[in-house]
Amino acid sequence: MDFLRPLTWEDALAAKAEHPDAVPIQGGTDVMVEMNFDVHRPPALLDLNPVRELTEWDGVDGRLRIGAGVPYVRLIEELGDRLPGLAQASRTVGSPQIRNRGTVGGNLGAASPAGDSHPPLVAGDAVIEVESAARGTRMIPATEFYTGVKRNALEPDELIRAFWTDPAPGPQYFSKIGTRNAMVIAVCSFAIALNPETRRVGTGVGSAAPTPRRATAAEDFLSAELDWENRGPLSVSAAQRFAELVKEAASPIDDVRGTADYRKHALSVMARRTLTWAWNDYRGAVPGTGEGKEAS
Amino acid sequence: MRVNFTVNGSKETVDDVWEGESLLYMLRERMGLPGSKNACEQGECGSCTVYLDGVPACSCLVAAGQVEGREVRTVEGLATGSTGSDQELDPVQEAFVEAGAVQCGFCTPGLIVQSHDLINRVPDPSDAEIREALAGNLCRCTGYEKILDAVRLAASRKAAAAK
Ligand SMILES: Cc1cc2nc3c(=O)[nH]c(=O)nc-3n(C[C@H](O)[C@H](O)[C@H](O)COP(=O)(O)OP(=O)(O)OC[C@H]3O[C@@H](n4cnc5c(N)ncnc54)[C@H](O)[C@@H]3O)c2cc1C
Ligand code: FES
Ligand code: FES
Repeated sequence: MDFLRPLTWEDALAAKAEHPDAVPIQGGTDVMVEMNFDVHRPPALLDLNPVRELTEWDGVDGRLRIGAGVPYVRLIEELGDRLPGLAQASRTVGSPQIRNRGTVGGNLGAASPAGDSHPPLVAGDAVIEVESAARGTRMIPATEFYTGVKRNALEPDELIRAFWTDPAPGPQYFSKIGTRNAMVIAVCSFAIALNPETRRVGTGVGSAAPTPRRATAAEDFLSAELDWENRGPLSVSAAQRFAELVKEAASPIDDVRGTADYRKHALSVMARRTLTWAWNDYRGAVPGTGEGKEAS
Repeated sequence: MRVNFTVNGSKETVDDVWEGESLLYMLRERMGLPGSKNACEQGECGSCTVYLDGVPACSCLVAAGQVEGREVRTVEGLATGSTGSDQELDPVQEAFVEAGAVQCGFCTPGLIVQSHDLINRVPDPSDAEIREALAGNLCRCTGYEKILDAVRLAASRKAAAAK
């Protein structure tokens, strides 16, 4: 077995081109579990920790470009105000030790349908920046990045450089079902993102289909239904219809963590709740209405 | 392969490290540092927690080669002085002993490193903050109450000492 330690991004791309079957490792919180249990023994590990560019983030033309190697703990501390949905999801990942090391790049690399970063990335229209030495950069919308259970759109010579997303233009929420408040792989999860500028609602459904996905019909319905202009109240029937459409967007399976029926039900509850929180925040954001989250 | 890194303040070179092995394995099996415990090798129990460049991590999930040129501090590195009468335990270690937070002791090294970090970051942690910080450290013996006592005791001692 080889252990490759490129010190720069260029060298990392060159190493991946030369050793397409090398397994990249960042936080190691997925890779090392597989190594320790001998699930598979790759011909080489490609350590990306020394590549400083991956651990940086930046604002570029109003968007955020976040390096694939920024650990969850830093997303929460440094970007929690700009990306509240992703920060909420990050807070639910594993334990403090896992959040100190684990990264969104690794979550994307693993592409588990239960990965917690995926629903907020999808709901917030994130785009994944990947690169190879031979063909340069590709920008892949998050919705197209996941291609199957634990499969993604990366070519063997490509690495994930960063993800791009807008600082939240409106309220964002993430919700996850599990057996306790820590160390839980999502039974199912849901993210919502309101964009008052475009008057669109974004959604992300996790752990309820082979890949994370949007609930497109639910988004279309709600975007048209909400009283963006007057920030009017949310009708019970609209919230219920939204929840129903989110549920219909899922195609979950029965497994050890939960049944398909339970997942569908839980998704509809999370959809209704997160929508209520988000819409109340939006309404409360009007100066002088005196309405805030407490009003829910 | 060869790995060069600093452990508990001392520069070390370790030879014949297998490329796929964990930092935990290297510490315990190649370096005579068995303080960090191996209980799950999958990040679930926290008993292998060490500082990596000052940040707590499960050493079972760090590849040995990833610590090249970096700094690791294990539970062995918390006490000051060398072994013997001039050795002084860290206040967190003392508090664990006094509060009766140790039964079989298997979880203890990880809990001590994790608590040590918490108190450094948050000098007067609330119960919720303690629980949150220790959510990734499992103990099968104590029922956690005495561990919470130990962390509270260590925090108050440290605050008193700082005055
Ligand atoms: C105890 C425990 C609890 C966990 N809890 C959760 C949880 O609650 N929610 C959750 O979503 N996940 C959880 N996980 C899984 C894991 O922590 C996450 O998937 C994390 O985001 C992985 O990040 P990493 O940097 O550690 O990835 P690594 O293990 O380093 O890599 C993961 C995958 O991504 C690939 N990869 C990494 N970086 C790149 C790159 N730049 N380009 C291309 N490929 C790359 C690797 O080759 C590998 O296939 C848990 C894991 C453990 C051990
Ligand atoms: S042995 Fe590392 S977390 Fe359990
Ligand atoms: S004292 Fe035995 S596991 Fe904690």
